[in-house]
Amino acid sequence: MSKDNSILEELTSKEYEHGWSVNYEADEAPIGLNEDIIRWISAKKEEPQWLLEWRLKAFRTWLTMTEPEWANVHYPKIDLQALRYYSAPKQIKKSKNLDEVDPELIAIYERLGISLNEQKRLQGIAVDAVLDSVSVATTFRGTLSKLGIVFCSFSEAVKEYPELIQKYLGSVVPMTDNYYAALNSAVFSDGSFCYIPKGVRCPMELSTYFRINAANTGQFERTLIVADDESYVSYLEGCTAPSRDENQLHAAVVEIYAGTHAQVKYSTVQNWYPGDKEGKGGIYNFVTKRGICAGDHSKISWTQVETGSAVTWKYPSCILKGDYSIGEFYSVAVTNNYQQADTGTKMIHIGKNTKSRIVSKGISAGKSQNSYRGQVQVMKRADNARNFSQCDSLLMGDRCGAHTFPYIDINNPSAKVEHEATTSKIGEDQIFYCNQRGIATEDAVALIVNGYAKEVLNQLPMEFAVEAQKLLALTLEGSVG
Amino acid sequence: MLSIKNLHASIEGNEILRGINLEVKAGEIHAIMGPNGSGKSTLASVLAGREEYEVTEGEVTFKGKDLLDLAPEDRAREGVFLAFQYPVEIPGVSSTNFLRTAVNQVREYRGLEPLDAVKFLTLMKEKMKLVEIDQKLLSRSLNEGFSGGEKKRNEIFQMAMLEPTLSILDETDSGLDIDALRIVSNGVNQLKSEKTATIVVTHYQRLLDYIVPDFVHVLYKGRIVKSGTKELAMELEEKGYDWIKEEVDSQATV
Ligand SMILES: Nc1ncnc2c1ncn2[C@@H]1O[C@H](COP(=O)(O)OP(=O)(O)OP(=O)(O)O)[C@@H](O)[C@H]1O
Ligand SMILES: [Mg+2]
Repeated sequence: MSKDNSILEELTSKEYEHGWSVNYEADEAPIGLNEDIIRWISAKKEEPQWLLEWRLKAFRTWLTMTEPEWANVHYPKIDLQALRYYSAPKQIKKSKNLDEVDPELIAIYERLGISLNEQKRLQGIAVDAVLDSVSVATTFRGTLSKLGIVFCSFSEAVKEYPELIQKYLGSVVPMTDNYYAALNSAVFSDGSFCYIPKGVRCPMELSTYFRINAANTGQFERTLIVADDESYVSYLEGCTAPSRDENQLHAAVVEIYAGTHAQVKYSTVQNWYPGDKEGKGGIYNFVTKRGICAGDHSKISWTQVETGSAVTWKYPSCILKGDYSIGEFYSVAVTNNYQQADTGTKMIHIGKNTKSRIVSKGISAGKSQNSYRGQVQVMKRADNARNFSQCDSLLMGDRCGAHTFPYIDINNPSAKVEHEATTSKIGEDQIFYCNQRGIATEDAVALIVNGYAKEVLNQLPMEFAVEAQKLLALTLEGSVG
Repeated sequence: MLSIKNLHASIEGNEILRGINLEVKAGEIHAIMGPNGSGKSTLASVLAGREEYEVTEGEVTFKGKDLLDLAPEDRAREGVFLAFQYPVEIPGVSSTNFLRTAVNQVREYRGLEPLDAVKFLTLMKEKMKLVEIDQKLLSRSLNEGFSGGEKKRNEIFQMAMLEPTLSILDETDSGLDIDALRIVSNGVNQLKSEKTATIVVTHYQRLLDYIVPDFVHVLYKGRIVKSGTKELAMELEEKGYDWIKEEVDSQATV
């Protein structure tokens, strides 16, 4: 009728912004998955024997495990033997001196809007840039090391800080925790490591930017963050991938350790390629993220803005072991077209007077399926545990689905657990109200959705918040008409 | 400015407007009255472009343009403003943020530069005085948890910000206390000029003491069944609608 169809057409056909790829000569493992491949990866990375053993043990256990099927997602099984488990640009140098990094690789990140030049870069954010299976560069290492902060690629950490890695690797997410975590433990290629010493407040945001470039390659990275007693760090994670017709697997593991009075804030803006409008292609994002509040009065806060991926399976969790420790989970998960997301958190209260807070905002559009799955567990010893959960779902159109699966398991009578859930449709009357004031429909949707997600977006560091707002709007463009 | 000819509109197969004719010229104020359910809000919604209503017959021109052919946002940008009977809430979006988006999109349509933050805030301050609205209200989520009166006052504040040529006020007076009614009416009167026109939908003659109409129309069963001047409103206040209903219904059965 009065709506201009051509505008709608243009919007819905909008391309994924980071869908390009570049050609570089790659150093690749042969296709397939077996012990030899694992030995190949470990040798490539010049790893110590203990780590190879660790990988092999994970692999052998993994062989006995089966892919989880309880999540509310449906996709053709991935042939894990048809994937490549290591692919790295040949230009990668051993030396991680920034001026020696190949300009071609730097250019890839420039194009993604990530500057690896410390002078040009906004002060205040250090980046570890991971391309396919390797870390390309890590900025501000020097500045940070003056404070005793370690921020480097995982591979370097294995060489330079073996005792820390040996102590913490797999301590929060055991190698055999689940199918994908076990697979990751066997084949992980790179990732970031960060250690904040006792009493140090990290003066800048630390971040890892993951980029998949190679085809037919899985990305399996590991992030390990150790915040010693009374330290503080805010960590950011971003990611993108080329638009390809085949699905690609990304199975990461993130582990966080927080000592007494330590605080870790972990923020993600997940923008993996979501597949096209017909549901072809896209990343399978099967990720295990967990933090342990090991010390008393420690705090771990997860914030995630999930806009990409064809299928997401992800539950950033907190083990609240220390007394008075606090776990938080703030999430906005947006699905459009044929995307499927099954995401949420686990809050495990072990210590006394522990508190957790869950704020989950699901937004579904198109023919997508969006599930919140969250567990609150209060152990026997956890006197006075408190949890508050707020799970809201927003539906756009009537062909998408929103689902909520809360699991509550209380073993201590003093626990107070509150759960609130709402489901709403983006109101025709809200959009009309905006239209009547002169605001175009797509801007109205952006305004309404950003308002709806505000409580979560407010948790993000400034620079990320702006980025995230734009992404939300972009993901949902053309979903109302 | 606005010319409505034989307008018929229905929703879900029910015909609500059954042949409306109305001419509104620049500088005029028209009051529309009529019993509950007679179609007043429907008329306002159809003019503003609400898609649920299907226009089955008739035409509407606004400043020479075919109004029915324009998207709702373009009608707004052309200068049609509707103060809603029931303003909607938009959680998490402040009035300030909302209005800045609106004002700048309207300006863009009219070929004007967007207002920067400073200019925008200056404009806000100026218009806030006009309707005596509190800054605190504007930094809250739009209409969320606003009292009935606060919502209505906020509608008029938005009208002041957007400077429309045709304002349609749908029962803006209901829910306002006596002082607020005076303040809001004053605001409306100050915004009035030879170039603008106003349609006020109301149930009460009291509002018309403040916003004095040039014409009063009675809408009943989707038609304007009587038009007159301010005196008609007084007569309605005194006698109610029964005599009009009887007149119309007896004619219909003849
Ligand atoms: N979806 C619908 N299906 C059928 N009838 C509808 C629908 N929506 C509105 N109506 C009817 O249209 C008629 C006109 O409603 P409208 O809101 O325009 O009345 P009004 O004159 O503004 O009344 P009030 O003075 O109470 O505000 C009412 O009888 C109402 O019930
Ligand atoms: Mg009405």
